[in-house]
Amino acid sequence: MNLAYVSNLAISVVAASTPLLIAASGELVAEKSGVLNLGVEGMMLVGAIAGFATAHQTGSALLGVGAAALAGMLIAMIFALLTLSFLANQVATGLALTIFGKGFAALLGAGYVGISAPVLHAIPVPLLSQIPFIGHVLFDQNILIYFSFVMLALIAWFLNKTHAGLILRAVGDSHDAAHAMGYPVLRIRYAAVAFGGAMAGIGGAYLSLFYSPLWSQDLTAGRGWIALALVVFSAWRPLWLLVGAYLFGGITFLSLYIQGLGIAVPSPLVSLLPYVGTVVVLVLISRDARRIRLNQPACLGKYFHAVS
Amino acid sequence: MDSELDNTVLERPPLLVLRGIVKQFPGCLANDHVDLTIGKGEIHALLGENGAGKSTLVKIIYGVMKPDAGSMIWNGQPVSIASPAQARALGIGMVFQHFSLFEALTVSENIALGLNDPKDRENLESRIAEISTRYGLPLDPHKAVHDLSVGERQRIEIVRCLLQNPKLLIMDEPTSVLTPQEVSKLFDTLRRLRDEGCSILYISHKLEEIRTLCERATIMRLGKVVAHCNPAEKTARDLAEMMISAKLKQQDYSNKTIHLGGDRLVVNKLTIRSNQQFGTDLKDISFTVKGGEIFGIAGIAGNGQGELMDALSGEIPAGSPMNILLDGAAIGQERPRARRRRGGCFLPEERNGHGAVGQMTLAENGFLSAHVRGALGRFGLINAKRTREFAAKVIHAFDVRTTGPLAEARSLSGGNLQKFLVGREVLQQPGVLVISQPTWGVDAGAAAAIYEALLQLAAAGTAIVLISQDLDEILLLCDRIAVIAAGRLSDAMNVKDATIEKIGLLMGGTHTGKEELAHALPA
Repeated sequence: MNLAYVSNLAISVVAASTPLLIAASGELVAEKSGVLNLGVEGMMLVGAIAGFATAHQTGSALLGVGAAALAGMLIAMIFALLTLSFLANQVATGLALTIFGKGFAALLGAGYVGISAPVLHAIPVPLLSQIPFIGHVLFDQNILIYFSFVMLALIAWFLNKTHAGLILRAVGDSHDAAHAMGYPVLRIRYAAVAFGGAMAGIGGAYLSLFYSPLWSQDLTAGRGWIALALVVFSAWRPLWLLVGAYLFGGITFLSLYIQGLGIAVPSPLVSLLPYVGTVVVLVLISRDARRIRLNQPACLGKYFHAVS
Repeated sequence: MDSELDNTVLERPPLLVLRGIVKQFPGCLANDHVDLTIGKGEIHALLGENGAGKSTLVKIIYGVMKPDAGSMIWNGQPVSIASPAQARALGIGMVFQHFSLFEALTVSENIALGLNDPKDRENLESRIAEISTRYGLPLDPHKAVHDLSVGERQRIEIVRCLLQNPKLLIMDEPTSVLTPQEVSKLFDTLRRLRDEGCSILYISHKLEEIRTLCERATIMRLGKVVAHCNPAEKTARDLAEMMISAKLKQQDYSNKTIHLGGDRLVVNKLTIRSNQQFGTDLKDISFTVKGGEIFGIAGIAGNGQGELMDALSGEIPAGSPMNILLDGAAIGQERPRARRRRGGCFLPEERNGHGAVGQMTLAENGFLSAHVRGALGRFGLINAKRTREFAAKVIHAFDVRTTGPLAEARSLSGGNLQKFLVGREVLQQPGVLVISQPTWGVDAGAAAAIYEALLQLAAAGTAIVLISQDLDEILLLCDRIAVIAAGRLSDAMNVKDATIEKIGLLMGGTHTGKEELAHALPA
């Protein structure tokens, strides 16, 4: 095994992990504010088709990414309106959002099946991309891969170091106390859900504009659900989100690799591997109930109705 | 009543004047033309029973709620306070009854959340340290709140207020969660603040505290101000009568005769992990209750009372069947229904949601608990007639004010619902009754009726476990007492040997052997 081979492996893992990382970072922020949005899969799909269609029409993949963020945000606002203002159940509404998003994306994408769109090209970072191995793996990539790292760092900084981030965490921990102190609970949650939607949309665009840039129905193949699971896996901590996303991406790639080697394992079984792996890791993590207890936003998924 | 309103002479210039405050909730006039004047540098008591409208009034002052009518004058200027941030900017600080703290965050993060002005947040930790030492409020800024005791949590709120140099500090029922020792420390702090010119609005229904601490009192009943007075000049009895408007019957149960039977409930080395976020695990709890005995479990809220209740009722199964014996049967892992069949009855703390289902009728709520012992159903079917009759019997026997067995539980006032629930359990003639906070939020008349029922039940041979945060209640009713702190139960003592100081130390978690206790107490 030579170095080039290993670095190609590593690049594949980065490529498989990035959409999970982007979507999960957005969901992390939404959940930290106390909103459980199970519609990540649906928002990703809507983002994927919006990005794909826009890129196809305009010829610009970057405009596609922008459109995907906007589309994800808009559809997240439907969720926010129903759950935050009309007090609909968050779990049921989130599931409905996923079903809606799948159908909506399929409808919009009906004319694009099999067509390809402009893809996101690699933009090497000057100097850094010259570093042996690491430079090729991390600094000679498309813009969304850089974006995933920068956003994760920004989110970690925002949540832990800024006053606004502290307020967001406080709203997720006890919305009644936050309201009593005069913080606008609903406005903060709307903003967090909108951010989560935009990130899910961008995660979707990554898939349709880079990872498999040929439109097909159900392009996300359950990645939205994995992103949701990763947030729990990380116990709502950004750094662990990175670990989880790359672990899952790694297992995904490993399953492809095993198939490529031609080992006599039935292929459905191999495709199952990332999901089984995630479940196993989740079960192992959840055994430490105390850690989950301490980090889980205490108001996650709960109704908030201010009495004034 | 006018004469009582007239004879309040303000010795100091007024800081805050409220005129004709009205706040209407659906189905309840919480504040009915309330007038209140707070002088500069005075400790002013706002006295009233649960539901008298005190909390609503202070939420209006602090800008959490908007009044429907009325005006406010602050320092001579008319103001309308639209938000807590505006109240804080004026110089009003508030310590809530149910603390507005964030469990997952640290002490300094919690304090930073209460400071609007970014300038106030500079050098926060050194300023917290400064205030802590100056007012005797020790705090570690880096600790997460969920690890702190209730007394420490209250200190966070007080320090948060003091950092903004308030002119008025509102304290809503600050002592209901404190040990007697913590209460006296709190009073020292409040007096020091008053001496520095800060006014304090002190809300409570504890009469003795108000008599020792406050210079003036405003008394509310059913949303209205009924009297102003100097509490030091009145007896606790006078104050109580103004508060509830009925002459109190002096209660004394100390002469009751007890006929103890055999061991009915034995709890043996019960250790349980809490099923709640931020709950308290139970560690090695043992006690025995005989027939005819009332066994009191004192302690500050959140020290494992909820978990103990759930373990005894069967909502959380114990590790081994032998952990709990009911009339000799090992029931540690039985479900609540099986325990009820054996003669156990249980009434948890929260009336709505745990003790009763608000949207169901009283008859249905009666059925939920009494269908086994009251034989209200057969072959999985509800006997509607017997169920209604059972509820009617409870309503009659316990003087529950309601339209009848088909009224929804949530339509009853807190006190009436509590009477119904206690009656529901008592009329099942349980062998063992475990009851938590039976008179929380209940008026004095209803409380007396509930006490009477419990005593009669004990006299008939039932073993009763009374879990309560109200020490007076425990000392009044119980034969033996133990204290729960941080999930551990102290040794049981006879009520005759129990003093407030001794119980207070145990409540604070000084889980000592008897020798250490002797050291801790002044002779």
